[in-house]
Amino acid sequence: MNSVAFIVIAIFTLAAGLAAATLQKLMHAALSFAVTFVGIAAFFFLLGAEFVGLVQVFVYIGAVAVLIVFTILLTRRDVEKDRGFNWSGAFIAIAVFGGLIWAILKTQSLSVAAPEIPALTVKRIGEVLMTNYVWPLQCVGLLLTAALVGALILVMEEKQ
Amino acid sequence: MSASLDQIFVSGKQWLLSWLAGAPEWVIQIASSFINIFALLGVFLTLFALMSVLERKILGRIQNRYGPNRVGPFGLFQPIADGIKMLIKEDIVPARADKIVHFLAPVLIAATAILALGIIPYGRNMTPFNIDGGILFFFAVGSTTELAVFMAGWGSNNKFSMLGAMRAIAQMISYELPLIITVLPVVMVVGSLMPNTIVAAQGGYALGFVPRWFVFTPWGATAFILFFVSGLVESNRTPFDVPEGESEIVAGHMTEYSGFKYATFFMAEYIGMFAITGLATTLFLGGWHAPIRMLEFIPSYVWFFAKLSTLLLVYVWLRGTLPRTRVDQIMNFAWKFMLPMAFTCIVAAAVWHYAGRGPAGWLWSLAVIAAVYFTLSILLDTRRKFAPRTYRFAE
Repeated sequence: MNSVAFIVIAIFTLAAGLAAATLQKLMHAALSFAVTFVGIAAFFFLLGAEFVGLVQVFVYIGAVAVLIVFTILLTRRDVEKDRGFNWSGAFIAIAVFGGLIWAILKTQSLSVAAPEIPALTVKRIGEVLMTNYVWPLQCVGLLLTAALVGALILVMEEKQ
Repeated sequence: MSASLDQIFVSGKQWLLSWLAGAPEWVIQIASSFINIFALLGVFLTLFALMSVLERKILGRIQNRYGPNRVGPFGLFQPIADGIKMLIKEDIVPARADKIVHFLAPVLIAATAILALGIIPYGRNMTPFNIDGGILFFFAVGSTTELAVFMAGWGSNNKFSMLGAMRAIAQMISYELPLIITVLPVVMVVGSLMPNTIVAAQGGYALGFVPRWFVFTPWGATAFILFFVSGLVESNRTPFDVPEGESEIVAGHMTEYSGFKYATFFMAEYIGMFAITGLATTLFLGGWHAPIRMLEFIPSYVWFFAKLSTLLLVYVWLRGTLPRTRVDQIMNFAWKFMLPMAFTCIVAAAVWHYAGRGPAGWLWSLAVIAAVYFTLSILLDTRRKFAPRTYRFAE
């Protein structure tokens, strides 16, 4: 059951990713990219990491995808133009893929059976975030607040 | 008797599933999900049909006219006539539109609207999909709507569509913030993101007769009002209907849609409204709990839908009463008033909790909210005198 689901989701995600890389219109590519995010969220659900999957949908589709789409809309005039083939992009993609394959094959833990872990509830994640990882959490909060204030200052009208 | 009436739908589902006894586990799981989905769609599409005719009736009453009264008794069959009309209309797709995106936008918007309904507890043991992060699921699914609205606006290749989509996304993103932050105090006080637990925490009575609904605490009442207003904006309802302001930009992102696709948008808007009022009921109005102990014999789902309909009535009432606000007014209101008040609710809830959740906590949290409210009203007062309007460009 799980392996069938895995294969279906993997094909779906890869197809969406491929579409994002190859589609002619930039806007179609951006929307396919959003579909890829859905696929990745589905993987998290399959692994039982419900919280991470939901946050994936929340952040990447609700915020990042909308941001990408808006950036394209507001900055490019040639949205309809043919993008051509980007050789350097292909090279970087193959290099990253090779690096990842090498790292995965080098990893020892592939043959080790996963230990039994207790069901990961939202409550436990919250507790751990507020105790063990409270400093990283606060730092991220500070960073995001700084980004928010920075964005406000950028768009503020200059006084005459 | 009343207990079995309360559980009639649950036992009905058990009875349906007993036909499958002996089948593999996954067959039963899939069948159970399908029963839930059909029940949800059946109930809420009927409610949508009813709501569309009742809204026109009530608006007619407010505006001193009859409203629909030709089809069937009191015009009650109007939705059927509307449905047939929508189905046989020609489906027009603009020649320069992006065909695929134009087609997918209504599909996506309806799908996400219906998904959000799945996590709401409609009665005792009546949550269709009881997942651990239910509240988070609701907002995760809801945030996808923005992309769908954008697809509709961009795919139509029309300036009114694009303007409408921009307005819709701007106000949806701004109000998603207060919407989610007003949920946080409830999550904090209950200590769970699961809708069932939140409803269970609101059972029982304080002082013997006041139900323990969160709306009866100062922070809960404030959060409920903020949530309700943000919900109005999220579902693009009057007075925040600038995305489709008919007198300005035709119909916003729905300008280039006709026939059944337009009906899908219309349906998604109403379903989204049901979802947001359902969540408000769950979070603040005690979900399916009865308001008085004497009335507990009435089935839980009746209470839920009574509360839901009351909130929907307020939606229609507001639509019949208020004019449309300006875009900049909506934004100012979100960032300068709603957001600070939403944060205050969190502080007030914490104060309420640490002061013992009793009358003392009640007064302390009221004091916190009143202090911030009056400070804000002094800070935001522009001291503008009302004078005859001056025009900069149209003299």
